[in-house]
Amino acid sequence: MLTLILLVLLVSMALALLRAVKGPTVYDRILAANAFSTKTVLLITALGFLVGEAEYYIDIALMYTLVGFIATVAVLKVSEFGNLGQSGAVRSTPAEQSHK
Amino acid sequence: MIEVVTVILFGMLAVTAIAAIRLHDLFAVVMMFSIYSLLAAAVFVAMDAVDVAFTEAAVGVGISTVLMLATIGLVGRHEKRPTHRPGLPLAVVTLTGMVLVYGTLDMPRFGDPLAPIHQHVAPHYLQDSPVEIGIPNVVTGVLASYRGYDTLGELTVIFTAGIGVLALLGIRRRKRDES
Repeated sequence: MLTLILLVLLVSMALALLRAVKGPTVYDRILAANAFSTKTVLLITALGFLVGEAEYYIDIALMYTLVGFIATVAVLKVSEFGNLGQSGAVRSTPAEQSHK
Repeated sequence: MIEVVTVILFGMLAVTAIAAIRLHDLFAVVMMFSIYSLLAAAVFVAMDAVDVAFTEAAVGVGISTVLMLATIGLVGRHEKRPTHRPGLPLAVVTLTGMVLVYGTLDMPRFGDPLAPIHQHVAPHYLQDSPVEIGIPNVVTGVLASYRGYDTLGELTVIFTAGIGVLALLGIRRRKRDES
């Protein structure tokens, strides 16, 4: 059962990676990276049960979830406003400008 | 089982690295770097280096992605055309890599219990550090006491780097603007 879970997780990680490599727009890549971070958290938890020290691995998985949230917020802010320091009044979207 | 997982993760790591080199949209490259760091952390966990995975989580996934995004906000999103041909750097890197691999041929096998690094001071640390220092965690004992001067030196270097960055960013000028 655990083997099956690991297999499914690895396959879905590979699919997300494929989307990140091929993805025509930047939003595909943002989504792929986000899905990849979720899959990594799940993989770490599954590895914890495989090794038999699930309690430590679940702590790491929780930390990854929190840190991944910060990274997602930063990514979305940059793709919306163009940089991290802006307060949000001006809306210039570099993600849209750059798509030729 | 866990070896298979590690090998597959390493394969995906290589794919991510090559994709990050070949992409020219820097925003997409930052996304690939974030995937790379997640994969590296998964490899660390699979190889039972949980503490390294913690560091990778804090630095690689969170802070470095945010820092690279802040840089993109300053420098723009598109890579400039390279001004030189990649032939000579590729040759130098390949040669250096071959010399380094040649250098590892003399080293003891991975995990060899008779290797000098496992014979020198490690048994003493493992056996006597709870008595000598009184800290149950051996790694903390080594870092904080046996190698205390090393750690102090590292902290000095990091502190100096922090002061340098603050001086470059110019906190005094911003204060004058506000007043």
